[in-house]
Amino acid sequence: MSTSSRVRGRAIDAFDEPRYGFPAKFWRGLESHRPPGLDPSRLWRSPLRGPRFTAVLSLGLLIGLPLLIGTGLLSYVAYGPQFGQALPGHVGWLHLPWFGWPTRPSWLYQLTQGLHVDLGFVLIPLLLAKLWSVLPKLFVWPPARSLTDVASRLSLGLLVGSVLFEFVTGVLNVQYDYVFGFDFYTAHYFGAWVFIGALVAHVAARLPRMVAALRSRPVANDELTASSPITPTISRRGALALVGGGMVAIAALTVGQTVGGPARKLALLLPRGRSLGSGPNAFQVNKTAVAAGITTVQIGPQWRLKLVGGTGSMTLDRPALLALPQHQATLPIACVEGWSTTQTWSGVRLIDLARLVGMTHPSSAHVTSVQRFGAFTSATLQGNQVRDDNALLALRVNGADLSPDHGFPARIIVPALPGVHNTKWVGSIEFRGHV
Amino acid sequence: MSSVTRRAGVFIGLVAMLGCFSLAGYVISLLQGNPSLDRMLVWFAGAVVGHDLVAFPLYAATDRLSVAVFHAAKVNYLRVPAAASALLFVVYLPGIIRQGGNTYVAATGQTQEPFLGRWILLTAIAFALSGLVYVVRLAFTRRGSTA
Repeated sequence: MSTSSRVRGRAIDAFDEPRYGFPAKFWRGLESHRPPGLDPSRLWRSPLRGPRFTAVLSLGLLIGLPLLIGTGLLSYVAYGPQFGQALPGHVGWLHLPWFGWPTRPSWLYQLTQGLHVDLGFVLIPLLLAKLWSVLPKLFVWPPARSLTDVASRLSLGLLVGSVLFEFVTGVLNVQYDYVFGFDFYTAHYFGAWVFIGALVAHVAARLPRMVAALRSRPVANDELTASSPITPTISRRGALALVGGGMVAIAALTVGQTVGGPARKLALLLPRGRSLGSGPNAFQVNKTAVAAGITTVQIGPQWRLKLVGGTGSMTLDRPALLALPQHQATLPIACVEGWSTTQTWSGVRLIDLARLVGMTHPSSAHVTSVQRFGAFTSATLQGNQVRDDNALLALRVNGADLSPDHGFPARIIVPALPGVHNTKWVGSIEFRGHV
Repeated sequence: MSSVTRRAGVFIGLVAMLGCFSLAGYVISLLQGNPSLDRMLVWFAGAVVGHDLVAFPLYAATDRLSVAVFHAAKVNYLRVPAAASALLFVVYLPGIIRQGGNTYVAATGQTQEPFLGRWILLTAIAFALSGLVYVVRLAFTRRGSTA
């Protein structure tokens, strides 16, 4: 195929009389009734806009957005949809193929979800710049010359609507702002699928154009370059540097919430960049004991852990658990909101607890908290998550007893498990599978 | 040859577009009966209107005004820190304006108290740095012209 001849072919179209689809009379009539104030030569005067400028921004998004989508869809699998505990519950065909979420490397979910959230933040300046660069197209007159044009513009509406919807809901959720008033998981997950469809359609239609513009080939029907531009106050390169600088600034103020350590302090404007003082339990809390409605009685000396398995059930108090072989593991808690915190936990291996009730090879375990109200009061773990050497019922952290906010008397900690499934204030564990 | 590839391209584009509408329709069908569906659609449309017809005209007009008021050689020393400040404000809005305070406390055990001050501080730093660069450049160009 010859790209140059194709481009030439299109370029010739541009100089021809505009073609109209059915009903031609209507579209022609529409064109001659341009509303006042929509004169493009007066509205759009920035000397920056042009196919190549837009193509550079598009290329950045074309690299970033698939990564954003992929990591987002992975998070759904990480939540264990095979147990009906991924949110939203009923997604029809809209999911990745199911697979058991691995436990190694232990920082897997920290990586995928940190990438999802932090990359989403970092892409904001790029997205805004891209939208700015193509805005003249929204006001092109006539808005369509055929029914295909109408469909194409509607699909662009889906694209812009869904991408803004996804970014807005995601950014608000990370900052605990639920002003939108609908379920975040449902909205963000289904919105993502609308976005995926619209993005694929957009790329399928526009990719050759982007490639041509990047190679500095002439692009037909250029609706972006201003016909009477004002004197430049910044070069195109300068504008791209400004966008890149914005991305670097956002990255600097965001990634600390995921990587932790000294970098955490740099996340100056995010919930998870804050210090919680010093001490073994002074690390990020996901929902306090008070907010979860945990009472002192529930987690006091009367607390018991109930184990259920193939040979029946048994109850253990905390001293009995501390008398069992203790294992230590340094593992992250990685939250769906993108933040993580890596700590050194110690407690009893889940597989040791399973053996106490006669389960040597459990295929899953259902963990229930003493927390009565609210979300995530129980979670089901996959077989590999129960059997991993570093999967613990943690009793202590960094050499001290867990604090109530971190799940005293006992909490689950499993490598690479989404944070909120590391159930706190554990009341019972039911091991399932063959004895 | 080129007309064949062109037609193939148009065909692929049309199929993908059809796929995108079908997918959106399927999503809506899965959300049937969800009491929040209307609210989601309002936010979906509101995001487009809010960006394209409210935010964009506002920032574009502000930018045009600043170019008209300030000398072209100076305007970027205001534009860049202002853009940085606006970007941070938009991205980290909930903490800065203390929206969602109750869920914030429940989740983290802390308040949103420090964020407004930090944003103001970052804004001040951005403007100060920009001013510093301006002064330094001015000094260099003066020295260059007197030499």
